[in-house]
Amino acid sequence: MPRTLVVIPAYNEEQSLPAVLKELAEQTPEYDVLVVSDGSIDRTADIARANGAHVAELPFNLGIGGALRTGFAFAVRNGYDQAVQFDADGQHDPLAVAAILGPLADGADMVIGSRFAEGGAVTYEVSGLRRQAMKLLQRLVHRLVGQEFTDTSSGFRAFSRGMLEFFAVTYPVEYMDSVEALVLACNAGFHVREVPVNMRGRTGGAPSNRRLRLVYYYVRLLVVLLVSTTTRKERARRNVLRHTADDTGGDS
Amino acid sequence: MSGLGEVLGGMSVAAHVLVIVLAAAVIAFIVVLVRSRRLRAKYSVLWFSIGIGLAILAIFPGVLSWVSDRFGIAYAPATFMLLALSFLLVLVLHFSWELSRLEDRTRALAEEYALLRLELDERLSAQEQTTGRRPGDTAVEGGDGGDGA
Repeated sequence: MPRTLVVIPAYNEEQSLPAVLKELAEQTPEYDVLVVSDGSIDRTADIARANGAHVAELPFNLGIGGALRTGFAFAVRNGYDQAVQFDADGQHDPLAVAAILGPLADGADMVIGSRFAEGGAVTYEVSGLRRQAMKLLQRLVHRLVGQEFTDTSSGFRAFSRGMLEFFAVTYPVEYMDSVEALVLACNAGFHVREVPVNMRGRTGGAPSNRRLRLVYYYVRLLVVLLVSTTTRKERARRNVLRHTADDTGGDS
Repeated sequence: MSGLGEVLGGMSVAAHVLVIVLAAAVIAFIVVLVRSRRLRAKYSVLWFSIGIGLAILAIFPGVLSWVSDRFGIAYAPATFMLLALSFLLVLVLHFSWELSRLEDRTRALAEEYALLRLELDERLSAQEQTTGRRPGDTAVEGGDGGDGA
């Protein structure tokens, strides 16, 4: 049985966190849980500790990418075989974790839980501008990596040990980290797969979709992605090489 | 800086003195900053070069006219503005780069801090559970320093 860590980045999530952690503890007690409090100023960390999770407290807000990096580094240092990225706002179903972990056993390095892949009931509503932006991203990613993904920005993902080691130092820290991470992993030669999952509405917090900001972030992401294909490929490859070199004395 | 245009055409003595005093003040200020170690050595070299350049132009304004002529720039102060702008552009770009690098490092430190504190907290509470007391001042005691990788 592989050791599995559930990484939950949380920024001021004291409202939704208790229910999420309780549900995880009840339905999937075999997984360890790490909450990365991303500079929260509420009682997120205390609540997480009280609910039996490991808690890493970042001294200030790094954004979701930085929180994930911290979580991945924790997983690597403590000898976990695989990890899952899980939302603190109750969108993700603990029972679906097994489904996204599944393909790791067949050699996948990263598995994306897709809201839109065939086989999942499409219960997830996305509106207007956001939908257009997602379509555009999907097409762009397809073009950049040559593989079709239906949900490029999903934050429900599973990672193999090798992927964790790679991402513990390279995981993108800009907004829309998930899309960039996907491109990065594909370009570095990691095997990425997608499985359908259902997602629920949020139990707390609000989606960040103030229009102008969203547009700004998309433009920024486009620039990052376009630049990444020219420079990241070789850098990523170098990183992989360095990792495999470092790893000769380790496990796996 | 705005007086420079007139200075270059027919240099009045008063204007000449003014520019020299200004250049000297800039250099003096840089010296003060470097001496009090509020400016890193790498920047002090940069700013000293700029200060010396300014001083040369202030003392021998003819240099600027000569350079302008060579490049076919009719209005000598434009040459000065061109050089100044280019320099500032490069400098700001350099600062952006440096800022990105600093942010990366701060981020790495923050991550490391969070992980170390997590480990310390968990070790302390584990110790507390086994010994029944909180090892307040003995944090170094069990220091094997390993990270369990």
